[in-house]
Parts: sequence; structure tokens; C-alpha cells
Amino acid sequence: MKTQYPMKKVIDDEGNLIDSSYKDKIDEQLVRDFYYHMTRIRTFDRKAISLQRQGRLGTYAPFEGQEASQVGSALSLGADDWVFPTYRDHGATLTYGADMIRTYLYWNGRVEGCVPPEGKKIFPPAVPIATQIPQAAGAAWAEKRKGTNNAAIAFFGDGATSEGDFHEGLNFASIFKAPVVFFNQNNGYAISVPIEKQMNSETIAQKSVAYGIPGVRIDGNDCFAVYFETKKAFDYARSGNGPTLIEAVTWRTGAHTTADDPSKYRPEDQGKDVVDPLLRLERFMKNYGCWDEAWVADIQEQLKEEVEAAVEAMEKFPKANVEDLFDHVFAELPAQLADQKESYLAHLRGE
Amino acid sequence: MAMEIRDIPQTKETTQLLTMVQAVNDGMKTMLELDEKTLILGEDIGKNGGVFRATEGLQERFGADRVIDTPLSEAGIIGTSIGLAVNGFKPVAEMQFLGFIYPAYEQIMTHVSRIRMRTMGHFTVPMVIRAPYGAGIRAPEVHSDSTEALFTHMPGLKVVCPSSPYDAKGLLIAAMEDPDPVLFLETMRNYRAKREDVPAGKYTVEIGKGKKVKEGTDVTLIAWGAMIPVVEKAAEQAEKKGISCEIIDLRTLYPLDRDIIAESVQKTGRAVIVHEAHSTGGLGNDIVSIINDTSFLYLRAPIERVTGFDVPVPLFALEDHYLPTPARVVQGIEKVVHF
Repeated sequence: MKTQYPMKKVIDDEGNLIDSSYKDKIDEQLVRDFYYHMTRIRTFDRKAISLQRQGRLGTYAPFEGQEASQVGSALSLGADDWVFPTYRDHGATLTYGADMIRTYLYWNGRVEGCVPPEGKKIFPPAVPIATQIPQAAGAAWAEKRKGTNNAAIAFFGDGATSEGDFHEGLNFASIFKAPVVFFNQNNGYAISVPIEKQMNSETIAQKSVAYGIPGVRIDGNDCFAVYFETKKAFDYARSGNGPTLIEAVTWRTGAHTTADDPSKYRPEDQGKDVVDPLLRLERFMKNYGCWDEAWVADIQEQLKEEVEAAVEAMEKFPKANVEDLFDHVFAELPAQLADQKESYLAHLRGE
Repeated sequence: MAMEIRDIPQTKETTQLLTMVQAVNDGMKTMLELDEKTLILGEDIGKNGGVFRATEGLQERFGADRVIDTPLSEAGIIGTSIGLAVNGFKPVAEMQFLGFIYPAYEQIMTHVSRIRMRTMGHFTVPMVIRAPYGAGIRAPEVHSDSTEALFTHMPGLKVVCPSSPYDAKGLLIAAMEDPDPVLFLETMRNYRAKREDVPAGKYTVEIGKGKKVKEGTDVTLIAWGAMIPVVEKAAEQAEKKGISCEIIDLRTLYPLDRDIIAESVQKTGRAVIVHEAHSTGGLGNDIVSIINDTSFLYLRAPIERVTGFDVPVPLFALEDHYLPTPARVVQGIEKVVHF
């Protein structure tokens, strides 16, 4: 199957363009966009881990190593598309326009972190596994019914493909030709369970055969391959052809969450040969004469400031409002819930 | 009856004599006509018109694009309905039987009920999940569950369970217009048990309001859905023994109508709660709590519950023993009256 679903690459580990057909499609602005966003989300991610260690953030799910997958896919989206992320896809949502302060707030247990900026159709992260897949199919199906040109993307990991909702979502989308891209990040592990124990199939892309939809396997650490293949899948969806399953093969550099210790289940040398996606892009930029030390230093400084300012704003954010515990469960508070609220507020007032 | 809550039909042109299942069908037909965002989804609901014919004729009339035969995929039906609802449509999803809803339980529990709260109202999923429920029709295994309490225990979801054709249509339309998701339970045992005058066109019955279906003075019988006819028979038998029973049809199981329960129990001083669901964790316990909170000092006897047993709903040879019967209800009535 690996021969039927060869891993598509545009650049190699040394940053050399290995598919010359992309030569004219890649311009300096695109390269800079990739570098900027990958650096930005890495700065965010590393800061989050550091804050968690200092007790300034809750348990956090890092995505280091998956930046090319998340930035490449997010930049391929249209302005009015739907995004259905998991808890490890805030790199993608930040790139797509989620608010950084609110993203930190989410990881600090604040519901405000689930509210997207107005006009950005970013669903709150799915915490159960694979449930967002049929939801993305439904939102995309709705766009098709409305006759728009909008589409949806569902992010999910390798473990999610074992869940029933993966099957139900892909099956539904394929039957109703919903304009949705199923974007899998195969990072090798579902918490502690490696891919070979997760499935008997060699690839995730091959699962597309069961639904009669295109399946493509890409190097998820090659931002160009991710970007162009996801764009292609969106073009296919927007033309009325239905969904595509993309398997972006990547690597989770760190732990599942800050509460996890991968040394318990991952051999120490595993993943050492994976070239960091940001380094790979840097090599490409150096190889093709678009590496500008001053620009890089400039954006690094700028992003550090952005992240520090977001952390400061997160920490200065008004305290959680107790009324929010009750007020958003229904459009109108049912009488018994209103009683519970009133009586608890009275209790807090010392009555 | 003085206390009966009945909304005045908004477009009462004519009435038709309908069974419950026809009234449900008419409710969907009415809203398919009035609101183009309405979609009906489910297994065998299109061409076949549903296994109980609840959607008969709808696909023919409104097209396969709005009355949609889905794959056999409960989580997929609810999952995609979330996407449709959040993106402007009003899906009415049929679960073929309540006993088949469990693959979708995760979607309902972790998303349908929570999206509004999780996003502080930014995203909402107004949808109706219809499900025939209950035992007593000699159905195969797992077709006869009455697990409403699994859903009333789920904050963010309303649960409705009518017992009459009029209420069925009015509550279904109210559910379809509700800004929040509603689980709509249909007693299949009474789908065709009686006919009632049902107004043509649109009208609603308010969600969250019970109905006094019989006035009485000695004891309050509280039930809903399939148990209403059982309780009515029991009341008839008790009357012959000189016991006057008041009957409350709750109609909505979440949020419960505390006022109607309290008002009646404070008058009669006695209560028998009847449900076909299992005793432990059943909704009857919540009703006991409401009586305790509102009417403790009015009680003249401990509250009695007549329920299904704490066993899985059996294969049908034993289902009549599983279900509360008028005789068991009468026994409960006598127990509280002669306390």
C-alpha cells in the first residue's frame, strides 16, 4: 500500500526542491508566510509549555513538530470556510485567525477561549476523539445546500481513525458529496499507542478507498506539500466533487500533554532522524536565496513581543464570572436552573 | 377542565381527526411547508416513510433533498445534524427506536448539549431528535427502551414526551422552533391508540408545561407518554372504590413543570408517580425531590412510585410483567390513600 500511496514531497530534508513542477508556484511571499506562521506558533507553543511548568497555565497539549502540517493546511483555507480542530490544532486555528489571548485562555480553563473572532467559523476544539469529523461533514453539507463556494476542514490524528465517528463522517460526506477536507495528522502515536498497534493498514490514506474518495499521503513536515495538496483538495471539494482524505505524516516531538511522559513508551532514539519542519524550511530558504537574517531576527523579536503581550493580556483578563456557569446552557434559563443560580449567588454573598 | 393548558391554535382553519403518528407527521409537514430550513433526516424515513410511517408522504411532497434517507449511522446522523444546525438549518433527526440512539449518545452528550455553553452562545444547535420509545408492542429486543432519564440528566438538552395527538403536533412544532436542542420521545404503543381533533396548520404547545388531564381530590397521579392511558385506567378503577384521582401529564421531562406538580400535590396531599423506565435513577426520583422541596408539609402519606423494574427491558414474552399495569398503579394508589 505504501507504493500505492507514496508520500508526496515538494522539498527534501535538506531543503532542496525535488519536484520542479512547483518552481513557478512558490514565490518569496509564500515562503515568508510559512516561515512567519511556523515561527509564530512555535513561539506560542514553547511559551505555553513554559507557563504550564511555572503553574501559570493548565495542562497543555503541545504540537511542536507538526507546524508544517498545521500552517500549510490553515493557509490553504478560504476566508469563509469552517474549521473543526482537535485540542492539538491551535497552531492551525491561530494561523487561520483565532485570537492568541483567547487561545491561551482556553488552556487556562476559560470558556472564553472557545469563542472565535466574529466571522471566523472556528469550532471549539473536539476533546472526545473523532466526533468533529461528522460535524465537519454536516457543516460542509450545509454550505453545499446553500450553494456557496465554502468548504470545511476536519483535523484529526491517527488514533481517531479507529473510532466509529471517523467512518460515519467519511461515509456521510462521500454519499452527500460534502465539500470537506479530512486532514489527518499522523504523528506516529495516539498518546502511548504507536501507529502499528492502532491499525493493521500500512497507511491512513488507503482508507479512502472504502469511501470511493481520493486519498493522498503527504510529507506533513514539508509545508509546501501540505499547502499545495490541501489546496488541491479544497479545489476538488469546491468543484462539487466531495471530500478528500489527506494523511500528513508528521512527528509529535514532545509529549501528548504536559501531564504525559513519552519516555515511558517511546524508544529514546525514535524520531531523532525526523528533520524539524522549521529547519527544513530554513534550509530551503538558504538554498534558494530567500533567507534574510535581518528579517528573521526582526520577526522573531516581533513574535516574542506578540506572545508576551498575549500572555500578559491573558493574565490580566477579567476573572471568570460565576454567572457564566449558568447563563449559556439554554437560550433561556429554565426555572430550576434559575433557582440554582439565585441560591448559589446568595450563598456567595453570604446570605 | 379549568386547569388544562391549551394554546390557542394560531391558524386554526379546520381540524382533522388524527392518531398520534399522523399528528407527528402533520407537525413535520407543517414546518417543512413554512420553513425552508427544515430538514428531516433518518434511516428509512424517505422512500419508505419510516418504519412507523411517521414520515409517510413527506419525501414525495418535499423531495429527497429535504426528507433525507441517511446511511444506517446514528452518530453520523447526529454529528452531521450538528454541522447542519450550526450552519443555519433546522434538522429533525429520527432515531428509528430510542434503543438505537446509543451510538449517537456521545455526539449528544459531548456536543449537542454543550455547544451553546462551550461557546457562550456563539454557536448553537437547534435541532430535534425524534425517537419512538417504550415497550408493549411485542417488538424485538432493544426496540423497547424507555431511557429518558439518561437524557434528562444531560444539561443543555430539553426532553419532551407527549401522550396525545394534539400535544404531539403542538409540542413537535414548538421543539422545531426552540432555540435549543430537543429530544422528542414518541410512545409507539399509543401511536395509533386513539384519534383526536388536531388543528390543521401551525400551533404550538409550550415546552416545560404539564397538563392536568383529570381533576381529582384524593391523590395525584403523575405520569407521561405511554403511561397516561395506564394511569387513566387505574384512576377509573380507583374511582369505583371511592378514591378521586387527579392526573398530571408532565408532557415535558426537562425542564419539569414544578408548579403543576406542587399545586396538585398540595391539594391532594398524596402522590403516585408512574413511569415505565427502571426505578433506580428514574425520573420519578426527581419528581419526589420536587415534591419534597415544594410540598413536604402538605403530604399525608409517603410518595409512591410505580415503575419498571431494575432489569433490562425483557424479550416480549415477559414485557407485560415488566411494564406498570393499571392493577399495580391501583395498588400504589391504595397504599398512599390508606396510609
